[in-house]
Amino acid sequence: MSKERIGVYVCHCGSNIAGTVDVAEVSRWAGEALKDRGVVVSRDYKFMCSSLGQELIQKDIQEQGLTRVVVAACSPHLHEQTFRNACKEGGLNPYLCELVSIREQCSWIHPDKAVGTEKAKAIVSGGVEKVIWDEPLEPLRVPINPVTLVVGGGIAGIQAALEVANAGYPVIMVEREPSIGGHMAQFDKTFPTLDCAACILTPRMVEVGSHPNVKLFTYAEVTNVSGYVGNFQVTIKQKARSVDTDLCTGCGICQEKCPKKVIDPVFEAGLGYRKAVYTPFPQAVPKYPVIDRENCTYFLKGTCRACEKFCPTGAIDFTQEDEYFTVDVGQIILATGWDLFDARRIPQYGYGRLANVFTSLEFERLTNAAGPTGGKVVLRDGVTVPKSVAIIHCVGSRDKNYNPYCSAICCMQSLKFAHLVHERTGAEVYNFYIDMRTPAKGYEEFYQRVLEEGTHFIRGKVAEITDAARYPGEEGKLIVQAENTLVGKQMRVPVDMVILSAALEPRHDFKEVARLFGISCSEEGWLIERHPKLDPVATMTEGIYIAGCAQGPKDIPASVAQGAAAAARVVGKIQQKEITMEPIRASINQDKCSGCRICNNMCPFNAISFIEDRMVSEVNPALCQGCGTCVAACPAGAISGTVFSDQAILAQLDGLLLNNLKAIDLTPA
Amino acid sequence: MSDQFEPVIIGFTCNWCSYRAADMAGMGRIKYAPNIRLIRLMCSGRLDPTFVIKAFAGGADGVLVSGCHPGDCHYIEQNYKAMRRFYLLKKLLTQMGIEPGRLKLLWASAAEGQIFADEVTKFTEEVRALGPLHWNPTAALEAESAFHQPAEVAA
Repeated sequence: MSKERIGVYVCHCGSNIAGTVDVAEVSRWAGEALKDRGVVVSRDYKFMCSSLGQELIQKDIQEQGLTRVVVAACSPHLHEQTFRNACKEGGLNPYLCELVSIREQCSWIHPDKAVGTEKAKAIVSGGVEKVIWDEPLEPLRVPINPVTLVVGGGIAGIQAALEVANAGYPVIMVEREPSIGGHMAQFDKTFPTLDCAACILTPRMVEVGSHPNVKLFTYAEVTNVSGYVGNFQVTIKQKARSVDTDLCTGCGICQEKCPKKVIDPVFEAGLGYRKAVYTPFPQAVPKYPVIDRENCTYFLKGTCRACEKFCPTGAIDFTQEDEYFTVDVGQIILATGWDLFDARRIPQYGYGRLANVFTSLEFERLTNAAGPTGGKVVLRDGVTVPKSVAIIHCVGSRDKNYNPYCSAICCMQSLKFAHLVHERTGAEVYNFYIDMRTPAKGYEEFYQRVLEEGTHFIRGKVAEITDAARYPGEEGKLIVQAENTLVGKQMRVPVDMVILSAALEPRHDFKEVARLFGISCSEEGWLIERHPKLDPVATMTEGIYIAGCAQGPKDIPASVAQGAAAAARVVGKIQQKEITMEPIRASINQDKCSGCRICNNMCPFNAISFIEDRMVSEVNPALCQGCGTCVAACPAGAISGTVFSDQAILAQLDGLLLNNLKAIDLTPA
Repeated sequence: MSDQFEPVIIGFTCNWCSYRAADMAGMGRIKYAPNIRLIRLMCSGRLDPTFVIKAFAGGADGVLVSGCHPGDCHYIEQNYKAMRRFYLLKKLLTQMGIEPGRLKLLWASAAEGQIFADEVTKFTEEVRALGPLHWNPTAALEAESAFHQPAEVAA
């Protein structure tokens, strides 16, 4: 029999638990049936997590001399910390408190109150048995490395990097492309204020490039991450630039002289050309170009070297190789951004087949004063100004065949396009939308403005875009076939140009990113935040934060806000100077260890080493992450894990099966 | 409730993926079979095969072992160890006279609440079809000692 004095607290969570679990009965039952197991107090309360609920626990600890606490409420992932802190305030070691979930795993999933109540009893019983075996622990404290890694140099990453750097801490930024700037650098105007994207972005880029606290790696990728919060080791692959950045002045002569023109699928969205030696755009940060070895004539055929010949500083270096180096960082912010939905996946919209169907990114480049047409809105032939333009919303989003989610920015982006077409061509504009979504500050006003400009809004999903004329007046045009659902009529709208507001999709390599950094992503591939409302920039992995579209589709203001939020979290942690970690660790009983070394190879973190002179293995608690695989593997039972010890798990098992009530001893005599 | 057999199922879930999948199912108010009772481990690699045997011995009719998808393990690769133990256990259970269908391995990511719920319901039905386990290891041990092996085999 247990000598502990256990308090059991059953939460109503308003009606969230009390609706389908008879909480009063569970608490009464625990007080009576588990009396022999050491339960001395059992209460139910409306909201255990409220300050009054927490005070209840603290009062009982002090007045009833509780030595263990079990709270039956929501998932430990939500409130474990809350109740541990409550116990700590009450004078009990926080690790002597168990939170068992009777909400996510009981009341919310079972509509039957009798069934729910019985299951809740079993869950409470399991918690009571486990808590008996819990040990008082102290959180581990490790120093935190103040260097922060920012992955992705779009606006979210830039904001995050600048916030951390301006707070006085070192930042390492890694960007895959030759320049930072991200998608925002491709735009001409930004909604709803129509300020020029470059005008607001490039100063920020320059600031990152020249900030004394920022070390910038472009044309580089993270290839490996090891360690843990406060002490990550990150391997960065610097792809060969073929340009010596110490010598290069960024004069641009090499780009002028390079004879090889290549379609630029990234920055120009396939609409324009760049050279084989290039910076994606004139304001690129850093200013140093890269040689695209897949297209460079020298790398393909062994001759040319025009850039080398003309470079006034001799900065071209064809012999450069990919370099790998490892940096130590304390925390990581992921701002890896998004990819554009491939509109070819919807064949009836004709993208890739019909010349004058454009994607949203292509149109962004068309309107950009620095783009391939110098900002002129023209058809694919490069000269004809369209007289009528159709803009299709929700291409590849809000469509169960492609992506079920709303891409969040397309409505506003399409309104911006409508305005720009009006402004630059005076053409008739038809916006085909499913629903108009303009929820942020100034967005609805912008919608009203575009309405007043005379854009036609047709509520209906486009069925087909075709060049097959059926009626007079349709010849040589693109015909947009749709149902106007407000009128209930099919309509065919002949236009010169179609713009597809394509969906924002997770980066194509989201799986690798998630695996590399040890975080999870949603079914679609967006990186998952710790809590959708209360913790939108942290992840389940301590020390790794997310910002911008990597977390989900969002516009520029939201990306900037997230970047700043992630930076605030990082700076807050750095200022604590050390990080407290869960003391979930394995340790080896040296007297029991036979030195078989089975555990040595089990550990993915190399935390277990073999001590030759004593012929036993030892766990390095700084490296141990507490997975417990070695505990399960040790044939001698010499390894024990804190918080989840064999005894605690087996006791919980007995409790869940209600064997604790029967007093059966299953251990062999 | 009707008279149908309600199996008791113990689910071992990892802290990072499958326990969160269960949380996700709850948050989505996805209804599924109430027969499962979960034990949270830090990692499916923490699963000592003894836990499974103890669960059956203690009265469970089915045991679910659930972890992150291969390659997604929070501890890099420890779910592979759970997988190996799972196949070992399957063999062992057969030898002990327990239908291997009473043990299930499920990979569920933190986003897969629906999958977790569906699989738990499916597994509950499978175990229900197998009937109660009534496995008493003490009786089994007695039966074993009562069975006298011929001396030449024992040697």
